[in-house]
Amino acid sequence: MKALSQRRRHPLAAFALLLMALLVTGGLYAAASTANEAQAQTTTFTADDVEEGSKLFSANCASCHGMGATGSQAAPSLVGVGAASVDFQVGTGRMPMQMDGPQAQAKPVQFTDEQIGQLSAYVASLGAGPAIPSEEILDASEGDASRGGELFRVNCAMCHNAAAAGGALTQGKFAPSIDGTSEKHIYEAMVTGPQNMPVFNDANIAPEDKQDIIAFLKTIEEQGSPGGADLGSLGPVSEGLFIWVAGLGVIIAFTVWLTSRSS
Amino acid sequence: MADSSHGAPGTSVTVATPGRELDQFENPGLPPHRPRLSDRSRSAEKRAERQVALLFLISILGTLLFFVGYFFIPLNETVERLRLQNLLLGLGTAFAMLGIGVGIVHWAKTLMPDHEVTESRHEIRPESDRQDAEKIVNDILDESGIKRRPLIRNTLLGAAILAPLPAIAIFRDLGPLPGNSLKQTMWDTGVRLTRDPSGTPILASDVTVGSAFHVIPEGLNEVENKLEEKAKAVVLLMRLDPEELNPSPGRENWGYDGIVAYSKICTHVGCPVALYEQQTHHLLCPCHQSTFDLEQECKVIFGPAARPLPQLPIEVDDEGYLVASSDFQEPVGPSFWERG
Amino acid sequence: MSSSTATPTYVPKTRVGKVTDYVDSRVGGSGIVKEFGRKIFPDHWTFMFGEVALYTFVILLISGTFLTFFYDPSMAETHYEGSYLPLRGVEMSVAYASSLDISFDVRGGLFMRQIHHWAALLFVASVAVHMLRVFFTGAFRRPREFNWVVGCILLILSLAAGFTGYSLPDDLLSGNGLRIIDGVMKAIPVVGTYLSFFLFGGEFPGTMIIGRLYVLHILLIPAVILLLIGIHLFMVVLHKHSQFPGPGRTNTNVVGYPVGPVYAAKAGGFFFIVFGVLAAIAAAFTINPIWNYGPYDPSPVSAGTQPDWYIGWVDGALRLMPGTIGNFDFEFMIPFPWGVNALSLNVLIPALVPAMIVFTLMFAWPWIEAWVTKDKREHHLLNRPRNAPTRTAIGVAGVTFYCVLWAAASSDLIATHFLVSLNDVTYWLRFLVFFGPVLAFMVARRIALALQRKDREIALHGRETGRIVRLPHGEFIEVHEQVDDYKRYQLVAFESPEVMVPTPGADGKVSLLDKAHGRISRFFFEDRVAPVTPKELAASHGDHHDEVAGAKDRESIASH
Repeated sequence: MKALSQRRRHPLAAFALLLMALLVTGGLYAAASTANEAQAQTTTFTADDVEEGSKLFSANCASCHGMGATGSQAAPSLVGVGAASVDFQVGTGRMPMQMDGPQAQAKPVQFTDEQIGQLSAYVASLGAGPAIPSEEILDASEGDASRGGELFRVNCAMCHNAAAAGGALTQGKFAPSIDGTSEKHIYEAMVTGPQNMPVFNDANIAPEDKQDIIAFLKTIEEQGSPGGADLGSLGPVSEGLFIWVAGLGVIIAFTVWLTSRSS
Repeated sequence: MADSSHGAPGTSVTVATPGRELDQFENPGLPPHRPRLSDRSRSAEKRAERQVALLFLISILGTLLFFVGYFFIPLNETVERLRLQNLLLGLGTAFAMLGIGVGIVHWAKTLMPDHEVTESRHEIRPESDRQDAEKIVNDILDESGIKRRPLIRNTLLGAAILAPLPAIAIFRDLGPLPGNSLKQTMWDTGVRLTRDPSGTPILASDVTVGSAFHVIPEGLNEVENKLEEKAKAVVLLMRLDPEELNPSPGRENWGYDGIVAYSKICTHVGCPVALYEQQTHHLLCPCHQSTFDLEQECKVIFGPAARPLPQLPIEVDDEGYLVASSDFQEPVGPSFWERG
Repeated sequence: MSSSTATPTYVPKTRVGKVTDYVDSRVGGSGIVKEFGRKIFPDHWTFMFGEVALYTFVILLISGTFLTFFYDPSMAETHYEGSYLPLRGVEMSVAYASSLDISFDVRGGLFMRQIHHWAALLFVASVAVHMLRVFFTGAFRRPREFNWVVGCILLILSLAAGFTGYSLPDDLLSGNGLRIIDGVMKAIPVVGTYLSFFLFGGEFPGTMIIGRLYVLHILLIPAVILLLIGIHLFMVVLHKHSQFPGPGRTNTNVVGYPVGPVYAAKAGGFFFIVFGVLAAIAAAFTINPIWNYGPYDPSPVSAGTQPDWYIGWVDGALRLMPGTIGNFDFEFMIPFPWGVNALSLNVLIPALVPAMIVFTLMFAWPWIEAWVTKDKREHHLLNRPRNAPTRTAIGVAGVTFYCVLWAAASSDLIATHFLVSLNDVTYWLRFLVFFGPVLAFMVARRIALALQRKDREIALHGRETGRIVRLPHGEFIEVHEQVDDYKRYQLVAFESPEVMVPTPGADGKVSLLDKAHGRISRFFFEDRVAPVTPKELAASHGDHHDEVAGAKDRESIASH
């Protein structure tokens, strides 16, 4: 303690204090957000048919979507949205929604794969809609990445960014990053048009074209950037910030060393 | 202050107003020189010497690392290999350069003399020079007679003003005149709406509610000046519930059963307005965030654009494909002076 | 060095002498050695930014030359057949294909592209920081005004160099940037459409623009930059470098290290350091991943489309400007006898007005300040920024203005990364672009004045030691340690101009201009902190208990 108080007038004391404050705030924030996550865990059920799905629905979804999924003030009707929609929304953790906001956000998945299947089965039984895609069409190695890249740039890049890093929409909504999204969920998002995303039905982008797009996304996700760290693939702004903070910072450190007297 | 207004450096450092000199601290002169560790101790000097040599050795290793990356990492069309090569080339160069740079500076700081030296400043030019120069210039002017012969002076002036004009005029052929080109696009009565980039036609029944199609006119891929035509003709096709569209009088039949087509070129400075939010029916430009409301015929509801996006009137042909009823009724894209 | 004494009977004795004699008798190099060999340069870390700019420019020339050997500025159509699989078979321009070839098929090409682009960002950044250093320390004052103007032109040229280079790969990102330039150009009244058609060789995008930008980028702009760098450095030598005030440093001398060997070694070594730092960055960090963006096509666009940081502020201004306020429309349709013409103030105002304000103030500042202070003396001693509070505050306001506009250019990224609404970010930044600089001005001036007061405090009462002593009568005091004469001189060696009250002229009246000058002078110098005088110091010593810091302590401080 004595050593500490002696050093409190050290030129670096202010920086050390600032650093400590930042660490404490960051730590508290991290602790708080994991606490929230823990609270969001819900109990699970077990069964494996439409009947079970119906039960799951009544327990977890009906408060907003209404009994029989016919919709309410708070949420739209799910009649005719199809199994793909449920599989995407529940499978990415977007549903059940954690809180009301500009849009439902991906978060840890609340149900097991089996339960998601049951919920999908139930909603699909209410009315015809896009089905969960087959394994063959999701095989990225069968697609043509460069053709997929062209389709991606025309149809998707304006919202999701050319490197699939995501982008902003109006009033707090945003197009999420596609990095790490599974082939199945990418496909389902295209056919169902979740939230404000437009629907890309099979007449617009044929299933093989969708496979090409998935092939493109998986290729760029796996290969990474040839030039080294990609700085978030956010374009010139992150590059500019980097050169001002890191580049110029290192240069300034050298200038200070260079002009200081040797001891 | 007045006596130094001709530019001679002042003599006192801290003079604010005359008569206050007594209130100033004396300049104590350079602080005594403090010897460095390497000046005082032979071993420290030797150590510094070894450090400098080590840094130069690191530089040599860096150069070798560069050659390892260049010759021993063959590229094989994978990004991983390229990344590794780039890293080795870069780090090799970095070590080669930093080794030399840091070494030289360390040498200068520890082993070269570090006595600060004082040099006095002189006037940039003595006043006598300035007087001489003034006289010379005046003599030159007199001898040339330019002041005494206004006829020569004025004709030279006129010639000098006119002579550069050809140099400007010769750039006239940099480009053609705009003519009417900004007011027309490839769209015309009966031109089919086709998918971008494949160019396949679109059936009205293909466009389900909530869909967005990126559209080019039929035959665009075959025209010679494809990019120039595409830059004006790209269109976004969307389908809403017909109840949600509120067409103004005269535009009721510009869409087909809730299907509407709007120019994708922003009326602000021309970025593609391609972000369609299918629930709010807003179109957003990703460059400057102009927002257009589809329910109000793409009126601007946010951002720097001032005009709605032009709508392309569409109908359905005998085979059920979507076609344009005519060209756009106004010029697409950013405003220009002649737009009217 | 002894060889440079040029007497007719001079016979070189050393080997160095023989070489110099050989060269000198042919080109007269001894004059240069005499002039520069022992020239004095003052040492301070803030004086190095100009060198950073110069060295990055050299690195740009080296890496750029390499790139020109492989780059082809043609906009002809081709299909890519190179090594990067996700683009193979895609239709693109030859310029884009050759940029991809440099990245993927030329060994070291990617490294060269990355170091070139990183060096370009650092070049403009170091020019900007160098200018800020000159501004904040008052190094633009007489006799260096012209060199300041040359520096301003260099800044504009470096922006031009950066922008023309940014567009060369003909990728989607830079193509949309060109489209924005085209849109802004078309908004210029009367001639805008013609300018656009002349620049692009017809309708946007045409097939000419890349080749034209290429000539500007590799020939015209670098040539003019080189010429101006020559003039800039010539004037630095002519004026001799300015220095911070301090013990032994006066307005009539230069204190520092001689060029040979110390300064030359440091400056030369620094070139390799800058090169090494850039090489390390280019090794590990991607810049401008053109392979992600794809070839230019007028239909697609990527989210997060922005220009490089130095053009970003104009893009930010374009984003902040509303097209309409209420029912007021910024696009005017002006009826003329020959028809209606369109005037897009929603484009013209943000594209031109902020740049005009900033550059006009920048170019004119040395004369503006000279008029305010009525100070026409030569200044070779710099100001510490705190000792010119109003100037410092104005500079900080300018920096804030720039930062707000650059933040506006990344409003979409701010929205997604801080999970706030894009529209709210825009509203906030619209507010901040006007009030941010004002707020920054007030805060910066207060901080500068507070630092000056702290300097006064230290000069008068010395440094707080943290040692608490209880006096015999029970009073607790903290022992202050007097600073030595050299340290104190550093704290008191500055001028603090006072407000100039307008005085009546010969006709007994105060002219309007003088009145205005009086007001501005009050604005600049009303709040001032005067330097400590010897009298004040003597007075303060009477009432202090801190004389414990005796001669011994002083010595130990002096040798720190």
